[in-house]
Amino acid sequence: MSLFSKENGAVFMGPLNLNNPIAVQVLGICSALAVTSQLKPAIVMGLSVTVITAFSNVIISLIRKTIPNRIRIIVQLVVVAALVTIVSNILKAYVYDVSVQLSVYVGLIITNCILMGRLEAFAMQNGPWESFLDGIGNGLGYAVVLVIVGFIREILGFGTLFGFQIIPDGAYVENGGLYINNGMMTMPAMALIIVACVIWAHRAYNKDLEA
Amino acid sequence: MGLKKILDNLKPTFSEGGKLSAFGSLFDAAETFFFVPNETAKVRGAQIHDAIDSKRSIFFVVIALIPAILFGMYNIGYQHALVTGACTPDACPCADIWGNFLYGLAVMLPKIVVSYAVGLGIEIAVAQWKKEEVHEGFFVTGILIPLIVPVNCPLWILAIATAFAVIFAKEVFGGTGMNIFNPALVTRAFLFFAYPSMMSGDKVWVNGNYIDCINGTPAVDAVSAATPLGQLAAGEAVTYSPMETIIGTIPGSIGETSVIAILIGAVILVWANIASWKIILSTFVGGALMAYFLRYDGAQNFEWWEQLTVGGFCFGAVFMATDPVTSPRTEGGKWIFGFLIGALAIIIRVLNPGYPEGMMLAILLMNVFAPLFDYFFVQANINKRAKRAKK
Repeated sequence: MSLFSKENGAVFMGPLNLNNPIAVQVLGICSALAVTSQLKPAIVMGLSVTVITAFSNVIISLIRKTIPNRIRIIVQLVVVAALVTIVSNILKAYVYDVSVQLSVYVGLIITNCILMGRLEAFAMQNGPWESFLDGIGNGLGYAVVLVIVGFIREILGFGTLFGFQIIPDGAYVENGGLYINNGMMTMPAMALIIVACVIWAHRAYNKDLEA
Repeated sequence: MGLKKILDNLKPTFSEGGKLSAFGSLFDAAETFFFVPNETAKVRGAQIHDAIDSKRSIFFVVIALIPAILFGMYNIGYQHALVTGACTPDACPCADIWGNFLYGLAVMLPKIVVSYAVGLGIEIAVAQWKKEEVHEGFFVTGILIPLIVPVNCPLWILAIATAFAVIFAKEVFGGTGMNIFNPALVTRAFLFFAYPSMMSGDKVWVNGNYIDCINGTPAVDAVSAATPLGQLAAGEAVTYSPMETIIGTIPGSIGETSVIAILIGAVILVWANIASWKIILSTFVGGALMAYFLRYDGAQNFEWWEQLTVGGFCFGAVFMATDPVTSPRTEGGKWIFGFLIGALAIIIRVLNPGYPEGMMLAILLMNVFAPLFDYFFVQANINKRAKRAKK
């Protein structure tokens, strides 16, 4: 099978759209609510999950034939935990402020349902290259939703994007304008409603998901 | 019957295939607004018929709200006159009743228009999209929303909150009659959490704007006036007498200040058999008991029973808790529902330093539990009958 065959393309594209981990499988919601109040942590979180999913998929896929079936979950957890620790330390070294914002949620990637789901459902049955594509696809599918939610929440909740002021100063009430930031957008409750809206729009667009 | 003839003549234009069939639901809403529909359901099984349908019963609620609306308008003008110096608290009621009322009307009217325009606009769009009739529930919600916000709430914020509540608290659940939460209270909760600076504090309760031709007093900006609950939360002495809090000449959300106006509404609602007196009574009992238990915690010149006269307690008990859609259907459930609302509202007020007012949160929380109360009372009844059958 060639590296970029049609099947492999489907493995990669599926999670981005019709099999999206958040919008369709409704996995990984907890972190999607917790880290999306601003765009920057949302992107960092999305990329971290992508990297960890991809490489844990590859590692598990490489050793899948030697893992005893009865302790496979433990083996998977060890691999994921090792990768999470590496990513966490890299974040602390290079983007310290974001890693503080993400706080426990980087460590909690270990418990992210998307990872365990992909390892169990895909990496245990498929070769390393397919597993890599599947991991990248699922991670990016997760990241896309995080970025959409983070974008909406940051611009409406703080009036900024990546920390840069987007809404002009003069528009605010304190400076004689009319505008006020929506405080509800900074709360996780509103993130849940935005995720629901993303799912709503996604299903309205893909009618065959309704069934 | 001139109006009936006009409507009948217009009907084909709006029916399926007519020129304006896109506005069919709007026409249907207007027609059934004026006249009780003459079609009846097909006879199949048992049918219960009531002389007044839901559009008519909704009207009673709006009528019951009129005293609170009128007093709210007067109070907007009165509070304005107090800060501009046109009135003094000693000369209460202020001599210029008519001027105060007109000022309040001018401030209040845009809020009512915005609330109805946004809410009904969404309802009509959804009804047209789903090919359903426009439901009448928003007639009450639309007038409740302006009554439970501070007078300085900006219109665009009100519009966003109304749209949010109608879409996410009502339409996604299936429209009127299917909602879990009271849409008017969801509007307020959204405002409260999204724009706290516009919903609480000292600066939002008195309108300082100058309106030409109505009230010849100068404009003042950012008027500071604390509500009794604000003073309690800040640990200050309450500067309003019980007489003022009962008549309602205090700062507060527009419709909630006057106990007397709200009680008139309560009498109308209970007389028309629309609101459950059990919910109203048990809310007051729960609130009174809890206020009595927690009476040592708080300002000293504030009697425990005054808790029931300030803030949104009365308004919530009479117009919000009794919403037939979001309250329990079983009679036993109504007692527990009301009692817990009253008790929780006072607990939040007194014990939670973050929120001076607890009525909104108490009612919303109990809305969630209403089906549970119903479930237990229905189940208890089933068990009782099952036992009797076994004997």
